[in-house]
Amino acid sequence: MTRISMSVDGVRYSDDVEPRTLLVHYLRERVGKTGTVVGCDTSNCGACTVQLDGQAVKSCSVLAVQADGAQITTIEGLAGPDGALHPMQQAFHAQHGLQCGFCTPGMIMTAVDLLAENPDPSEAEIREGIEGNLCRCTGYQNIVRAVQSAAEQMRGVRS
Amino acid sequence: MSTAMFGAPVRRHEDARLLTGAGRYLDDLGHRALAAAFVRSPHAHARVSDIDVTAAAEVDGVVAIFTYEDLTGRMAEPLPLLIPHPALHAPRTAYPLARGEVNHVGEPVVMVVARDRYLAEDAAARVVVSYDPLPAVVGLPAARSARHAVHPDVPDNVAAHLVQAVGEVDTAIAAAPHVLELDLEIERSASTPLEGKGVYARWNSDEGSLRVYTSTQASTSVRAAVAAKLGLPLVKVDCIAPDVGGGFGVKIVHPWPEEVLVAWAAQRLAALAPEGIKWTEDRWEHFVSSAHERGQLQHVRVGFDSDGRLLGLDVTIWHDNGAYTPYGIIVPIITSTQLLGPYKPGAYRCEFFSLYTNTVIVTPYRGAGRPQGVFAMERTMDAIADHLGLDRAEVRAVNFIAAEEMPYDQGLIFQDGRPLIYDSGDFAATLDKLKALVGWSDFQAYREQARAAGRRVGIGLACYVEGTGVGPYEGGHVQVETSGKVMVATGLTSQGQGHQTVLAQIVADELGVDFDDVEVTTGDTRRFGYAVGTFASRAAVMSGNAVALAARKVRQKALRIAGEALEADPSDLEIVSGVVRVKGAPASAIPLSTVAVLSNPLRYAFDEAAKAATQFAVGDTSKPPVAEDDEPGLEARDFYSPTQSTFANGMHAVIVETDPDTAEVRVLRYCVVHDCGPLINPMIVEGQVHGGVAQGVAGALYERMVYDDAGQLLNASFMDFLMPYASEIPTVEIDHLETPSPLNPLGIKGAGEAGVIPGSAVIASAIEDAEGFVIRRMPISPSELFELRASYAAGRVPGLRRTSGERTDPRTRPGHSPDNDSPDNDSPDKET
Ligand code: FES
Ligand code: FES
Repeated sequence: MTRISMSVDGVRYSDDVEPRTLLVHYLRERVGKTGTVVGCDTSNCGACTVQLDGQAVKSCSVLAVQADGAQITTIEGLAGPDGALHPMQQAFHAQHGLQCGFCTPGMIMTAVDLLAENPDPSEAEIREGIEGNLCRCTGYQNIVRAVQSAAEQMRGVRS
Repeated sequence: MSTAMFGAPVRRHEDARLLTGAGRYLDDLGHRALAAAFVRSPHAHARVSDIDVTAAAEVDGVVAIFTYEDLTGRMAEPLPLLIPHPALHAPRTAYPLARGEVNHVGEPVVMVVARDRYLAEDAAARVVVSYDPLPAVVGLPAARSARHAVHPDVPDNVAAHLVQAVGEVDTAIAAAPHVLELDLEIERSASTPLEGKGVYARWNSDEGSLRVYTSTQASTSVRAAVAAKLGLPLVKVDCIAPDVGGGFGVKIVHPWPEEVLVAWAAQRLAALAPEGIKWTEDRWEHFVSSAHERGQLQHVRVGFDSDGRLLGLDVTIWHDNGAYTPYGIIVPIITSTQLLGPYKPGAYRCEFFSLYTNTVIVTPYRGAGRPQGVFAMERTMDAIADHLGLDRAEVRAVNFIAAEEMPYDQGLIFQDGRPLIYDSGDFAATLDKLKALVGWSDFQAYREQARAAGRRVGIGLACYVEGTGVGPYEGGHVQVETSGKVMVATGLTSQGQGHQTVLAQIVADELGVDFDDVEVTTGDTRRFGYAVGTFASRAAVMSGNAVALAARKVRQKALRIAGEALEADPSDLEIVSGVVRVKGAPASAIPLSTVAVLSNPLRYAFDEAAKAATQFAVGDTSKPPVAEDDEPGLEARDFYSPTQSTFANGMHAVIVETDPDTAEVRVLRYCVVHDCGPLINPMIVEGQVHGGVAQGVAGALYERMVYDDAGQLLNASFMDFLMPYASEIPTVEIDHLETPSPLNPLGIKGAGEAGVIPGSAVIASAIEDAEGFVIRRMPISPSELFELRASYAAGRVPGLRRTSGERTDPRTRPGHSPDNDSPDNDSPDKET
């Protein structure tokens, strides 16, 4: 067992974990952040994406011990303290960017990261930017629209 | 209808929880539960000679290990055959754990229960199973040859053989001026929801009851199956489908071995597992132990006249059903009936053989046999058009059933055991819309332009008819609470289709309440015990109509009670935004919440509002408080049970570009015209079409199950199974036609599967058009297209007669056999 400590969605946690524990399992089973889900076993689907020190990572390909000392933001910590949805969450709602919702937490965390790097992406850049995330339901069309519309909102463009 | 939610692109109720990580999928439940893991067969076909669990039992944290020998009572029997059919003469289903023999890689052999999944997997890895391998039957040619048998008592590997015929097909074809034959092939793919299966069961020792949560499309039927296997009364078992991360067909199969095993172990180990037992399928397990679909070989023989009109159509299908047939022969039945699409086939005969192979079972995946049927029919239509030198759209049009001919009886028996009678549709109008949307008539000019720029493009189209809203029934319960909130329940389940929104729209309109006051629960047997399930694009049709009927009953009762309270005739009342009022005199009004209070005569006032219904406050003392034919409460339930399916239809057109060097296929435009009757929520319907088209494109260009000869699935991961990302899927352009169904009160037809159905057919049509040689097999990868080009150049693949693509006249190619009786045609697709 190894002692680790990290901040998850603004709250500090310290736990003893087996070194082999994946970050996603630590988050889900120890911290209780079940909003972050698992869709594959080969790091291909992106459903488990969280932010680690401000960068999107697939939490199934990080060991919990590697995140020792880090700041983690999950989908559950994205809304404002007053519960107001993040513009990306709002845009997914308005543009019907989700159906079953299973890919949605990872998709949104990736998209937020994408806009942090490129606030005004073209459609092609959005499609490329979310290329590590699988969705089986939506055909991506409304996800792309949601990211476009969130980008506009976040840049302060009136739509 | 006061609020007119029906038809509006209402944003979804489901989103609030799913956007914030507050959804609850199966694996989000049962945090203190024990975990199950399975030892699965590494062989496609083998006898199990020994199982040694000694080392596994020593792993710290292991609670129990089960093999077939441990199963008791009905658990030791084979899993049920869900849909028997007289033509399925050799049905076989698996045991929950292998009984001496395994028939596909991934078949469960041993179940381990431990403190957590890590430990359960550690122990599973230490179980030693000894196998004596047997010859594996992989692929349809091997199954057909019957050199080896999957099941020793089915030596020809034929599980089912069915012939359906209308008219004298041999005579019709013999008399036809033109005859063509085609050999076609479609490979396997799979539903592949992003969330795999999973089940969590908890035995309540105090009550002697079982609660099962499962990621299913059919919770009422899982409940019945588990109760039967465990010998429990139905009322002692609850089954709940929580949020489900996609289904697409695979989760309609039940009970899965894991569903009954986890439930059984939860009861058996109750003392050791007070918080229950959970199993969550991992991605590899989903590939090798859930279900696949699509794999078929087809032979088509067609006779037609010089306008391309079908005179006789004779189709033989070899369908790969995998190792077992728990879901019967629904898929090939659908292929053989829905193959007809919007056309009159003349005389028709369809014969299929459903064959065993040592591979994962084959059960419906969105489209459920229709993509294969449409592939057969639409490849045939293109072949006829090319043979006669006619426009492909024209050949389809001459074969259409006319709108005036509805209802149209195709003379066959459909998958629900009912006659195949189309209820509605205007195919000519749909085709006109599609041609306008894609610019069918302008394509030749575009092709010339592209060619001048060194690009190779092609256009294709494909049509389908889809039987939706299959019976037997669904039900709905609607209850107005004294808070004014309206609680709705239906038994079928949701996997992302937005039922909580769509059904709330319907009830809001029927009842006259605000959409946000309606809360819908699906797939929870505690709330509604009678249901069939979510499949065959049936949820909106079946449960939509059921909740509408239940809401109408509630409305009637509300008007009656309000009429008494307002001293008005119920027919003079209306309900607007949850308030019952006198038409034209809105001041004379009573809120539904109060009507709900009045509907339940009380002795005790539990709150301020309830006082209005207590015994000294209301009541005509000459009558019983609850009339003889009445019940307390402002609630009702009702069922919708149609005599037959309702038939939606649509047509897709696609423009592709094929790279002259790399043979990569790019979809430039994807156009859909779709007729599912009146749209309850166009935003949701279009979302369903987008998702379906994505799966259609995926199945045409990327996805397949690659088995080697030993029956190993070589691409059992998202690393190797090419499920498309956003970078591969095109934008879909949609137009709708809304011909209502005469069969149900709302006039609606199903929409869930439509998008996927013509995917392989339409893309094959476009690639063929771009390349100038025939495409007979899907999916197609760039390397396969590259090789087809080489084969075409070498004369081993026939070219098209019409001129298209960037190449020399195909008729000068070796291997092309001109057909003397067809009119000479040198021009590209003619337009009228
Ligand atoms: S679960 Fe992490 S990428 Fe799939
Ligand atoms: S919404 Fe279901 S996987 Fe994306």
